Amino acid sequence: MSATYTGPKVCLWTLDHPDPASLETYVANGGYEALKKILAEKTPAEQIIEQVKLSALRGRGGAGFPTGLKWSFMPRNFEGDKYVVCNSDEGEPGTFKDRDIIEFNPHQLIEGMVIAGYTLGAKVGYNYIHGEIFELYESWEKALEEARAAGYLGTNILGSGWDFDLHAHQGYGAYICGEETALLESIEGKKGQPRFKPPFPASYGLYGKPTTINNTETLASIPWIMRHGGQAFLDLGKPNNGGTKLFSISGHVNKPGNYEIPLGTPFADLLEMAGGVRNGHKLKAVIPGGSSAPVLPAEIMMELTMDFDAIAKAGSMLGSGAVIVMDETTCMVKALERLSYFYYEESCGQCTPCREGTGWMYRVVHRIEHGQGRPEDLDLLLSVGKNIAGRTICALGDAAVGPVQSFIKHFRQEFEYHIEHKKCLVGS
Amino acid sequence: MTLTAQSLALIDREIAKYPADQKQSAVMAALRIAQVEKGWLATETIEFVADYLGMPAIAAYEAATFYNMYELEPTGRHKITVCTNLPCQLQGADTVADHLKEKLGIGFGETTPDGRFTLREGECFGSCGSGPLCLHNNHKMHTHLTPETIDTLLDELK
Repeated sequence: MSATYTGPKVCLWTLDHPDPASLETYVANGGYEALKKILAEKTPAEQIIEQVKLSALRGRGGAGFPTGLKWSFMPRNFEGDKYVVCNSDEGEPGTFKDRDIIEFNPHQLIEGMVIAGYTLGAKVGYNYIHGEIFELYESWEKALEEARAAGYLGTNILGSGWDFDLHAHQGYGAYICGEETALLESIEGKKGQPRFKPPFPASYGLYGKPTTINNTETLASIPWIMRHGGQAFLDLGKPNNGGTKLFSISGHVNKPGNYEIPLGTPFADLLEMAGGVRNGHKLKAVIPGGSSAPVLPAEIMMELTMDFDAIAKAGSMLGSGAVIVMDETTCMVKALERLSYFYYEESCGQCTPCREGTGWMYRVVHRIEHGQGRPEDLDLLLSVGKNIAGRTICALGDAAVGPVQSFIKHFRQEFEYHIEHKKCLVGS
Repeated sequence: MTLTAQSLALIDREIAKYPADQKQSAVMAALRIAQVEKGWLATETIEFVADYLGMPAIAAYEAATFYNMYELEPTGRHKITVCTNLPCQLQGADTVADHLKEKLGIGFGETTPDGRFTLREGECFGSCGSGPLCLHNNHKMHTHLTPETIDTLLDELK
């Protein structure tokens, strides 16, 4: 028996068509119909937000915050500019789903952003695209041109008299810009250092104006919800976890890639869809939601369903849906060393506990991996972690600590073996 | 010091995306465009971009130093950036990186004596499913790398 999902897909359904990214494919399959209907009927913004709330769409970028609720924070009667911003700064190790939406279904993201602009009272939106996928920055700009030429974007959209325009903004190598206020700073042409909150972007966002920032997959889900209704989206997943979700599977599987399946699908099924663990090896551990999510041992993962609530209950998080699979040959010390280096490299340097602490954690894990660990190092790591977590402006500090704590918690004997024997338990 | 008319036209296109009083928003794109033309960002290039956008030079310099795809020193004609982050590492990035180092005779952060190649270690490109990965001169991604495909790629880059 092989696990497959044959039900409706929200974001990457275009891959079942010969020319997935084209405007023709999108329009021939109901694309831009939701926008047409909204503009023709002048659907009140409240009704749109109600449908999004009903859908139980939760932020697909990592935090899982209810999208309808986020939208309701935008001030209704504010006179002046407001902005919609899409966060495609996808740099969380293990995550590569938003890039596929931009590559294979760019118009659904455009339609989602236009509907968001209509609902939130914005005239302009920006899509912040990860610098390392520059080819997609260029391809998305082409899709914007197509949408403008076809009347779905720009002035007097579909003859409605309403104007809204979209632009692509490039990142250029800074993980921290995935944090929404760092991203706003970056659009303003500054260093991407997170802002202290409050005020939140809904009241003080881009250029100090009310701004809503949503993830790519979140915004791309909006047209589907408006076409089929919030209830239909909710019914695809499970209560409080509406919809299908893109899972990016990487690491030791036979078929790494994106899999769009309903929230609540058993992890065992997802693993099977990805061709199982490579070379017939045994599963050792899984990071279920991007590098910042605590690692879980195989025996816990194999019992879990892939949804926000189940994974949170098991002590990790669904995050962005990035599933990093590690088999029995993986040295957990080496894996943690690489992740710790990443957070050290990417700390923006603004808050002392993170700037200093991430380097400290990396150096200690590095010396354990290289046979120079000391017996007190594990306690030291946990102590440094405690002094970072909760003491920084943004979540990068906590994100750096999560792997350290969880790797030591679940694989402590491997770290102790490294320290005592100056070599690796698994010999990888 | 100036940029070509073609580069300036590209920068003007970026400036037009933002409110008239927010030209600084185009600094990331303008620095990228300048770097494509010049190969790297000399201080005078950064100052030119700042002047062009009507922003303080120090603010443009902050952007150029904060984002790691900008080069503040000359590089080889072909910059190869390899992602070695965990998902790529699990899929064989270390083998690819070792092969590149051996073949080019340089380590990360170094340039071959003939000025042909610079090798860099990168952080997550957000494309892990196709790893191991590298970027050629920031903008062209090569996926599913093996020592064999690396050899072919290096031969093509003169």
